[in-house]
Amino acid sequence: MNAPRAVVDKRLTNALALGAIWICALTTVAFLGSLLLYIVVNGVRELTPAFIFTWPHGVNMEGGIWPTIQSTMYVTVLAMAIVTPVAVLAAVYLAEYAVQGRLVRTIRFAADSLASVPSIVMGLFGMALFVEGMGLQFSALSGALALSFLMLPIIMRTTEEAIRAVPKYIRWGSYGLGASKWQTVSRIVLPAASPRILTGLLLAMGRAAGETAVVIYTMGTMIYAPVSPLDPGRTMPVHVMLMAMEGINLKAAYGTALLLVLMVLAFNLTARYIVRRNRRMQG
Amino acid sequence: MSETLAEHLSGVPVGHDQPDKFHVRDLEFYYGDFHALTGITVGIQRHAVTAFIGPSGCGKSTFLRTLNRMNDLIPGTRVEGNVLLDGQDVYAAGIDPVDLRRRVGMIFQQPNPFPMSIYENVAYGPKLHGVKKKADLDEVVEKSLTRANLWKEVKDILPRGGLTLSGGQQQRLCIARVLAVEPEVLLMDEPCSAIDPTSVQKVEDLMAELKDRITIVIVTHNMQQAARVSDFTAFFLQEKVGEAAELIEFDRTASLFTSPKDRRTEDYITGRFG
Amino acid sequence: MSAGDDMERRPRVTLREAGADARTPSSAAASGPVPEPATLSTISRATYLKEASLKNLFLVCAFVAVAGVLLIFLFVGIRGWEIFAKVGVWQFLSGLQWQPTAETPQFGILALIVNSVIATLGGLALGAPLAVGTAVFLSEVATPRARAIVRPAVELLAGIPSVVYGLFGLLALRPIAAEFSGGLGFGYATAWVVLAIMILPTVAAISEDALRSIPEGIREASYAMGATKWQTIWRVLLPAAKIGIIDAIILGMGRAIGETMAVVMVAGNAKVIPEGIFKPFLTLTTVIVIDMPYASGDHRTALFGVAIILFLISMAFVATIRLISRFGGEQS
Repeated sequence: MNAPRAVVDKRLTNALALGAIWICALTTVAFLGSLLLYIVVNGVRELTPAFIFTWPHGVNMEGGIWPTIQSTMYVTVLAMAIVTPVAVLAAVYLAEYAVQGRLVRTIRFAADSLASVPSIVMGLFGMALFVEGMGLQFSALSGALALSFLMLPIIMRTTEEAIRAVPKYIRWGSYGLGASKWQTVSRIVLPAASPRILTGLLLAMGRAAGETAVVIYTMGTMIYAPVSPLDPGRTMPVHVMLMAMEGINLKAAYGTALLLVLMVLAFNLTARYIVRRNRRMQG
Repeated sequence: MSETLAEHLSGVPVGHDQPDKFHVRDLEFYYGDFHALTGITVGIQRHAVTAFIGPSGCGKSTFLRTLNRMNDLIPGTRVEGNVLLDGQDVYAAGIDPVDLRRRVGMIFQQPNPFPMSIYENVAYGPKLHGVKKKADLDEVVEKSLTRANLWKEVKDILPRGGLTLSGGQQQRLCIARVLAVEPEVLLMDEPCSAIDPTSVQKVEDLMAELKDRITIVIVTHNMQQAARVSDFTAFFLQEKVGEAAELIEFDRTASLFTSPKDRRTEDYITGRFG
Repeated sequence: MSAGDDMERRPRVTLREAGADARTPSSAAASGPVPEPATLSTISRATYLKEASLKNLFLVCAFVAVAGVLLIFLFVGIRGWEIFAKVGVWQFLSGLQWQPTAETPQFGILALIVNSVIATLGGLALGAPLAVGTAVFLSEVATPRARAIVRPAVELLAGIPSVVYGLFGLLALRPIAAEFSGGLGFGYATAWVVLAIMILPTVAAISEDALRSIPEGIREASYAMGATKWQTIWRVLLPAAKIGIIDAIILGMGRAIGETMAVVMVAGNAKVIPEGIFKPFLTLTTVIVIDMPYASGDHRTALFGVAIILFLISMAFVATIRLISRFGGEQS
């Protein structure tokens, strides 16, 4: 016996709609896949030890990209060193000490605004304040300071969530033993939240390493392997952009891009590993 | 007996010669606008076990938490009246709640060991208060775990995480943790409701051993347990939902259970409600 | 024991050995003297100061965010202020002519604004439905195995630097567009695709969170009434997650409008007003990147002016999201 028309319609629509949803998901994966495939196929040939460890030379930047690797690592690590204590302590304030009110709302609005600043605006800001205003010139320090402002709200948010995830009863156990607030926060809460905090830091590092617009106006575009914070440099993303847009050396662009993606992947995978390991230890 | 303690009103002298460890007088408690407790006046005798019983949600745990100012951690709470520990008002201006909580320890319903090793859990308290040398810490850890009847079970696995123990063991670990700071009072908020019966037995035995030197107050919804372990019992009741809870009756346990003076107490004990 | 510096508190281990009060209670303990009841300490001045200064230190750290916003306004705004003073804010915003290097320079950014909007809306139109569809997939439709592939894919996409997107757009997508149009392939069409891929992970992740936070009971109630999965999604879940999804889309818009690198690599260096969707165009963000290397004087100032406008736009997005959340929250 035929089912009534309404039911058939319902089932048909359901099947079609779910099919469309599957297509959405598959398209997303296809985007990622094609992008990665493209970069890998074109770049993997470039990843020789010579490419990684030697310097570029000549008008066409033939050779290697080592100074860009060093620049990227230097400015990223420096930025994280500057921003991590400030962001974590700010998150401690918001999660543990703050009382709901205008002050907290102002801070949160500022953090959200900072998080949504287009990176080019941040780059110009960095140029105006650090490079010119403070006289630091194009340098790793300028770049790191500008990146710090970019990373600050991101790390504040992930750290605050990590702290809030620590169960209330654990804190009460500490207070119940006669611990002060700071003792509870420093000896119990932060250690308990540290895996998630670390994850947030790693993801932020990946973001910082991939930044272009901020770095180009604060660290400059000079091929240089920075040693002191006041040294300039050209990071890998900047290198990719210049190589690609000026059409100079597309092979170098691919190779650098692939290396960059591998770096970011490494950060992401480490972050996931930490979360998984922590979940297992919690029993 | 209940009259003597409850009417111990005027001129409570500061000093150590009264039988009451805690004396609460006309306590009113508010969660923001909600009036949770009213007119609580009671004395908690030292070196004895006092049980708080009553239907769930009536405020026993809230009252327990006023004794060590744990309610301060909840925003918007307000206390009126006096809570005297050895004659001193714990809510007086300038009193350090941190020090209070060391002297008046708390065990919670859900065992909550820290995500650290068993050793570190017990050593946490003494370390907070300045004990540094490993030999001293080892001694405190062993002593506290022994007092909590847990030493034999864990002495070979001290580095293992506190969370790997069974529920009952975790609760005894929490007791050991509190004992390590040598409190004078132990407040226990339904300590046995989340653990297995064998462990319940062990915890109850523990209470009998500890009460010689520590004043114990236990909130429990299990009347048989109250009858088993306590010397004194206080019955709390919230007459109507949304109203403040009151202390209905307070007496020696034996008297309260065999010949309750208030009809409401009798109704609760015989299971007519709650 | 009177109030003292908490650093000097005696270790509690030795408490029991300290002399006991003579008036011990009747039930004497078996082993060792009973500790004497001590008086309660008051909060020592040192402890109070220490706790207060720690709290203030953290507050200062939190305030760095506020300081950052103010500094941006200060440094970028001051640089850009001159152009507003010279040309007038209204003229700057609504002028159609952007010719900073002409004989008589013109500084009107209306065309740039329009281009930015078109690029963003196009990227949104392509990317948002895909993203929400993916979110629905992850939250409602996916099998555990499918989820194990798609979710990491979304997270990975989120982490890819914008230059790499630009590279992909420039070297992979542009030639395809060139095939279609016969030109070089720079232009809106390519930019839309690139922007769509870029905002996909952001919108998908936040929408998924919104869907996941709907209590399970609501789904069960719908199924129990004989609704199909799609009907449940379309009529119950998506409306319930409306606020979160709108937030996600606005956030995606904010990202797209502020995106520079990926867009500049596929938009081409160009005339301000493009002649078609396969022709190069200039946006608020790309104009800065392209012009800055050689801009000077008023031109440079104008670029800073564009930057401050961009900043205000992004703050407006943030404010909108907050307002929607607050307003929508009150409704439910």
